[in-house]
Amino acid sequence: MSRSEILLRCREITHRWGGLVAVDRVSLELERGSVHAVIGTNGAGKSTLVDILSGEIASAAGRVELLGQDVTGWSQPRRASAGLGRSYQRTTIYPSFTVLENCRLAAQARAQKPWAWWRDAQRCKASIAEARNAAQRAGLEELLDRYAGLLSHGQKRQLEIALCLATKPRVLLLDEPLAGMGAGETEGMLNLLGELKADHAILLVEHDMDAVFRIADRITVMVNGAVIASDTPQAVRANPEVQLAYLGCD
Amino acid sequence: MDRSGALFAVLAFLALAAVPAVAGSFGVDLVTKIMIYAIFALSLELLAGSTGLVCFGQAAFFGIGAYATVLLSPQHGPPSLVWMLPASVLCAAAYALIVGALSLRTKGAYFIMVTLAFAQMAYYVVHDTPLGGGTDGIYLATKPVLGPWLDLNKPLAFLGFTLGCQAAVFVFLALLLRSRFGRALAGIRVNEQRMRASGFSTYPYKLAAFVISGAIAGLAGFLFAVKDGFVTPELLSWHLSAAVLVMVILGGLGHLRGALIGAFAFALLQEFFQSEAIFGAFARHWHLGLGLTVIACVALLPHGLVQVPGQLRERLLGRAQRSATEMRNEPL
Repeated sequence: MSRSEILLRCREITHRWGGLVAVDRVSLELERGSVHAVIGTNGAGKSTLVDILSGEIASAAGRVELLGQDVTGWSQPRRASAGLGRSYQRTTIYPSFTVLENCRLAAQARAQKPWAWWRDAQRCKASIAEARNAAQRAGLEELLDRYAGLLSHGQKRQLEIALCLATKPRVLLLDEPLAGMGAGETEGMLNLLGELKADHAILLVEHDMDAVFRIADRITVMVNGAVIASDTPQAVRANPEVQLAYLGCD
Repeated sequence: MDRSGALFAVLAFLALAAVPAVAGSFGVDLVTKIMIYAIFALSLELLAGSTGLVCFGQAAFFGIGAYATVLLSPQHGPPSLVWMLPASVLCAAAYALIVGALSLRTKGAYFIMVTLAFAQMAYYVVHDTPLGGGTDGIYLATKPVLGPWLDLNKPLAFLGFTLGCQAAVFVFLALLLRSRFGRALAGIRVNEQRMRASGFSTYPYKLAAFVISGAIAGLAGFLFAVKDGFVTPELLSWHLSAAVLVMVILGGLGHLRGALIGAFAFALLQEFFQSEAIFGAFARHWHLGLGLTVIACVALLPHGLVQVPGQLRERLLGRAQRSATEMRNEPL
């Protein structure tokens, strides 16, 4: 990596669900060319953090910068158009559309032209090319005509990533992309993440510790909404506080 | 739209164009009325079927289009179609813009209730104020004409004009739904969260769909006012909103031709159960027969009448391709 290029930065993000502080003054930076994993027990605030960064929920305090711009007050669609892609922990696809149409619709977000009502969406070459490209990168090129609802669980997770890629994001926020995947599928997904990291900044929320320590360049550990450590995998593994709170003493 | 859908539409429009050759004046009047309902149902199909927004106040736009026609037409001499029609449609669209802008901030059952509330508001304005002649309604002084070429006083000319409107609305919606705008609406129906995460601001899309739908309902209202020559507050009542919703569901949500089929099925069933020649004195209780038939249809055909050919095919071919057929029955 020639020099660090920070694509997403957040400062002192705080969010409360009623009296519960779900995210407590979290700051982090996502660099191009690196996978930044966020780990923590259930309820540590990881998904809420992703929701705040992507603009799905507004934070009570703090600041989010995307590609050097302050996007704190921006809506989710506006952030997405500016280059922020996200995947969901619970698969969020269009089950009654084909795989290709799923990806095409996501790619259409980059060329919406809603006023061209007489023009067939299926003839928009740019978004179809982008959709095929995204499906192929996610390993779904054989299944373009399959209805998304009929895919296996692992394939749906791949489609989730493809939907993300089809919008050509610079930053990827991936919420447990490996959940429920088989060993082979996990391997494929990790290879994909390795490829993607060259030109994206990736935030990875994941429970699979083997995978996290294999692929992450930096790990942030959250407990009760707060960050207790943020460092390289080696340092995090050796951190006594993290061992106590999360990894267990072995 | 798939090939069988297009074929159905072409055949249906040809059949409707042939109506005057076989039907008497009663038949022409009935078919004209049903085609107006079909346009009305198409307007709701865009919202409920294609975008997933169940609007329970569609009659407001229909009624406002009808009232605008009567209130805006001059007292002396026939008004020109060229400005009467757009004026009525614009009035309905303007109300749809207001209702949509506010109601689309809610979701699900709340959206249904809010659209109903706005429709009831419009209903009571025409019902309880002298603006629209109160409960008695008002008469249209003279029917609009288009120069010397088209006189909507003549039933056949009016049938032809209504058929033309219906075809134009159908083709417009078919094109709209396959365009990027239409695909975005479909995406919003299936998974709005993903649409927003992909970068679509879904609110303007839904509002645009709402206004287009209101405008088409206003067109149907215009035609209704011209056909009968008078308007009453009942045109804005929730009964009509419910009836058009039943039409769309009966025909099959998510298919344009479902709205046409549903409008015809609903109106013909109503005629059937109201017929004293068949039911004698029991015809007074036509709501019962109609209601039970609609319930039976919805129970046996959850995807509506458009599903009938697919179900027959499945019966004949066995259940091997069941899951695939099921997916295909989902509106695309």
